Amino acid sequence: MRGGLSKTLALVGAAGLLAVSACGNSDNSSGGDSSASKDVTVFTWWADGGEKAGLDGLVSVFGTECKDYKFVNSAVAGGAGSNAKQVLANDLQAGKPPSTFQAHAGAELKDYINAGQVDDVSQLYKDYGLDKAFPQNLIDNLTVDGKIYSIPANVHRANVVWANPTVLKKASLDATKAPASVDAWIADLTKLKAAGVAAPLAISKGFAQEMLVEAVLLAELGPDKFKGLWDGKTDWAGGDVTAALNKYKTLLTFTNTDREAIDWPDALGYVNTGKAGYTLMGDWVAAQQLADKVPDTAYTYWPAPGTSEAFQFLSDSFTLPTNGADPDGAKCWLKTVGSAEGQKAFNTKKGSIPARSDANPADYPKYQQSAMADWKKDKIVPSCAHGAACTLGQNNDILSAMSQFSGSPDVAKLQTALGAAMKTS
Amino acid sequence: MHGRIRTWGPGALVLLPTVLLLGYFVYGLIAWSFNTSLTNRHTARKGPADYVGFENYGHLFGEDRFLNSLKNLGVLTVAFIVGTLIFGLLWALLLEKGVPGESIFRSIYLFPMAISMIASGVVWGWLLNPSQGADARGLNRLFEILHLNFLENPWWTAGSRWTTMASIALPAIWQLSGYIMALFLAGFRGIPPELREAARVDGASEFKLYRHVLFPQLSPIALSALIILGHMSLKLFDLIYAITGPNQFRTEVPAIYMWNTLLRSDQAKAAAIAIVLLAVVAVLVIPYIAYTVRQESEE
Repeated sequence: MRGGLSKTLALVGAAGLLAVSACGNSDNSSGGDSSASKDVTVFTWWADGGEKAGLDGLVSVFGTECKDYKFVNSAVAGGAGSNAKQVLANDLQAGKPPSTFQAHAGAELKDYINAGQVDDVSQLYKDYGLDKAFPQNLIDNLTVDGKIYSIPANVHRANVVWANPTVLKKASLDATKAPASVDAWIADLTKLKAAGVAAPLAISKGFAQEMLVEAVLLAELGPDKFKGLWDGKTDWAGGDVTAALNKYKTLLTFTNTDREAIDWPDALGYVNTGKAGYTLMGDWVAAQQLADKVPDTAYTYWPAPGTSEAFQFLSDSFTLPTNGADPDGAKCWLKTVGSAEGQKAFNTKKGSIPARSDANPADYPKYQQSAMADWKKDKIVPSCAHGAACTLGQNNDILSAMSQFSGSPDVAKLQTALGAAMKTS
Repeated sequence: MHGRIRTWGPGALVLLPTVLLLGYFVYGLIAWSFNTSLTNRHTARKGPADYVGFENYGHLFGEDRFLNSLKNLGVLTVAFIVGTLIFGLLWALLLEKGVPGESIFRSIYLFPMAISMIASGVVWGWLLNPSQGADARGLNRLFEILHLNFLENPWWTAGSRWTTMASIALPAIWQLSGYIMALFLAGFRGIPPELREAARVDGASEFKLYRHVLFPQLSPIALSALIILGHMSLKLFDLIYAITGPNQFRTEVPAIYMWNTLLRSDQAKAAAIAIVLLAVVAVLVIPYIAYTVRQESEE
């Protein structure tokens, strides 16, 4: 009996070991499978709403253009991409990159470039004629040391204020025109508050606050000096920055007290329900309003006060990861992304505008038409909140400083923190 | 010799998978993290990195953001442990005195533990809405309806470090008090009734009975509760992340800061934070393990 027990135990132990080694084997073989097939795994954080609809549009074009390949969705939902970026970082670290992944065009790509995780796609621009189809200033913004590492699917505008005309009427304000400057805006906000709107400027947590401070800096410094903040040509410690941050501090006093607890759709909700007069958010709001069935007479929009001549852009783009599973399939996806049909299928649904300058505005809804006209004539400046102007690390430090400021506003501290954030990588 | 193997061989074989897995996935990776924390691996780029000694630790302890996260963690841990012990003990006392439908109450108190931290974090994120007065929502709305306006507050979004971190501790207290209650209740039930009877016969008042007879018997349980709560508080990540999101300076604790650092591929710094966190846990847990080992060997 005793011997029997020990034998059983030994068997159990051996079975445990076998199970462990079996796990290792199955993992290896699945890795081998995916490289042999013609699957193209596309990594995004577009999991629902207008973003998912846009992705589906791209996929249908991909299905007809690249018949040899099969689209494999590897989207990770949530957290405005922060969850996805963590998953992606792990996959890249483990040497198992997807065929192609989504990344904000501009400085945010630097993290991947510095880590040697993405390939130069400059040649594809020539092959697919994208060097002529995209506006030169966008290509300039994408170029790092003479090379381009991603192909943009769209262009979004960050510096847009969304307003509720009915609320503005309470204080006899003109809803059709943006206030000429930040000071004029503050004057309007004061009038609204006097007219009984407790928190006339709706704002949400994190990057929404960063977008507002960027819009104020852009208005006060002008496009050229604003651009300089991100490439080191403008001094963060300057007096003009101090003045702008003080105005941002004043703006915060007109905002909702639950700003740290809500997300941008909630802030937009405050505007739609008439609890607030304005909110500042990127133009994906247009797609959200469409999805929420808010009639376009119920809201209006203009560039953030004082920034009418600047188009603060951000762009979702796709990359070619180094040592990716199926580079030819990935290239076919990139071709789809850059093509006229691909951009139309994607952007009409996502609420953004095409990066190509040869698109026909008539194909697009009302908001996009106005944005496309601005994209052609305005000065293009990048946005840090969405990775065009700064790296993930810099953005992370800035977000932390913004949340600290929201709790206890100290302009000097914020200014030092912002300057210090840009010194990291 | 052969006989010896027969005695300890099977046992060792059974333990072997655990030892191997634990050795690799826990201790091996701790060593690997420590090794990374001594290098200048600040990007995701592969290839050799240089050793810089304890430079990363030096930078960390000179950094406002990290010191702030450590202070937050300290306050959170104190608020969480004190709160949970008080509620757990209180509920255990109430149930121990005997109520009708005790099992129902037990389930109600224990139920929050069945909910994952991330899920309760999402709900508590709504409950702790900072709007007050006419706009109040969540708990503040409840206070508004009950005309307890003086209780309304901005929770974690404004005010001192103590109010901020105590608000964050609130959901954690709600979640774990039931567990601590179960621990204490088991402790109370484990005390032989003869002890109580003897004390009563000797004329001890109810207060003195608890003070001198029952509570001293519970001290080993209180110690385990302290350790369990302490190390849970140090690891707390999902709850805070769900309530406040990442990059929230006011509520950042080292675990969240580590995640943020890793997101930007600063591996050496993230590893250094992990090692500091491990050291803090060790300060709490090692004396406890030493204590239990000594107790067991005495028995």
